[in-house]
Amino acid sequence: MSAPFFKLGAFGDETSLIVAFLIGIGFGFFLERAGFGSARKLVSQFYLDDLAVFKVMFTAIVTAMLGVTYLAWAGFLDLSLVYLVPTYWIAQVVGGLLLGVGFVVGGYCPGTSVVSTATGKLDGLVFVLGFAAGTFGFALAFPLVKGLYTAGDVGTRTLPQVLGVPHGILVFGVVLMAVFGFMGATWVERKMAAETAKE
Amino acid sequence: MASVAHDVVHERAAERARVAQPYMNPYLAGIGLGLVLLSAFVLVGRGLGASGAFNSGVAWLVSLVAPGYARSNEFLAGYLEDGIHPLKAWLVFEVVGAFVGALLSGLLAGRVGMAVEKGPRVSVRARLALAFVGGGLMAMGAAFGRGCTSGQALTGGALLNLGSWAFMMCVFGGAYAVALPFRRQWR
Repeated sequence: MSAPFFKLGAFGDETSLIVAFLIGIGFGFFLERAGFGSARKLVSQFYLDDLAVFKVMFTAIVTAMLGVTYLAWAGFLDLSLVYLVPTYWIAQVVGGLLLGVGFVVGGYCPGTSVVSTATGKLDGLVFVLGFAAGTFGFALAFPLVKGLYTAGDVGTRTLPQVLGVPHGILVFGVVLMAVFGFMGATWVERKMAAETAKE
Repeated sequence: MASVAHDVVHERAAERARVAQPYMNPYLAGIGLGLVLLSAFVLVGRGLGASGAFNSGVAWLVSLVAPGYARSNEFLAGYLEDGIHPLKAWLVFEVVGAFVGALLSGLLAGRVGMAVEKGPRVSVRARLALAFVGGGLMAMGAAFGRGCTSGQALTGGALLNLGSWAFMMCVFGGAYAVALPFRRQWR
């Protein structure tokens, strides 16, 4: 096992921050390339005329998922050292729904609001300020919402563990789901374009 | 006055549309993003994120104004460590990088310029108000969800993390549920 390099001591905390900056550059670059600095492009996902959000997200998930799976199988990457956020499923269901509503109302998510601000969009900057205010509000209310915040605690769990399916089979399932999802998404886009042309 | 400013915004948008390059093919952009995420897994042993950096920023600001309160607040204290500046955090550096990377990509493609992203039927003021409210809602969602579209959906999605997939499905569910009532803002 050679990776993850940082966790195995190949470099220290200070260097990891430089790596963070460089990885961030790649992150912001591809988000902007995809058009995700534009709220109108992003919310098109929810009005079904441009499903690029789904396509980019699932291509990225599949790419990284196949990468870690093969690198782990090859004995290069110790997957048990890659940080997994523990599951609090009730809190995360509530959080996901709130985030979805916030996406349509605000037009961005946290990462894309940074991209939007960087490319000069005033609404992106205002979204960032709203996000900061919301975080402050959440912190103030934390004693009241702590019960919900910790609801549904099942520890660190992966889908293969919960479903009792081997990791590789689930990876294959996600790839299949993505491929059919992409075909479906393109079909929906064509149908929407044809309907718009009729109007 | 408002309508003059409005026209300027529209003219600038139209001008940009003439010079701006088209966006990258979504599958290519997705592969690029996926390789960046993979490199984070391999190099550092963690994924991408965004909301955590905002939390660090807010914890830092509160600790400047009211250090005692910031320490005693359980949520903020999670982002404060003795002897380490709150902004000296992995996700803060990553998000600063994301800002630089986005600016770089935008400049190369001719897509950088002052604008407000909105549909034709909504005023700039209403759009900015909704952007602020949406940002606030999303902050609550990211706090309950322990991450956002990048930290949970993208990162946890690739790692087949149970909570991340539940979260991701609910993001799409929540967004589709309210898309129609908010159609006026965008279409």
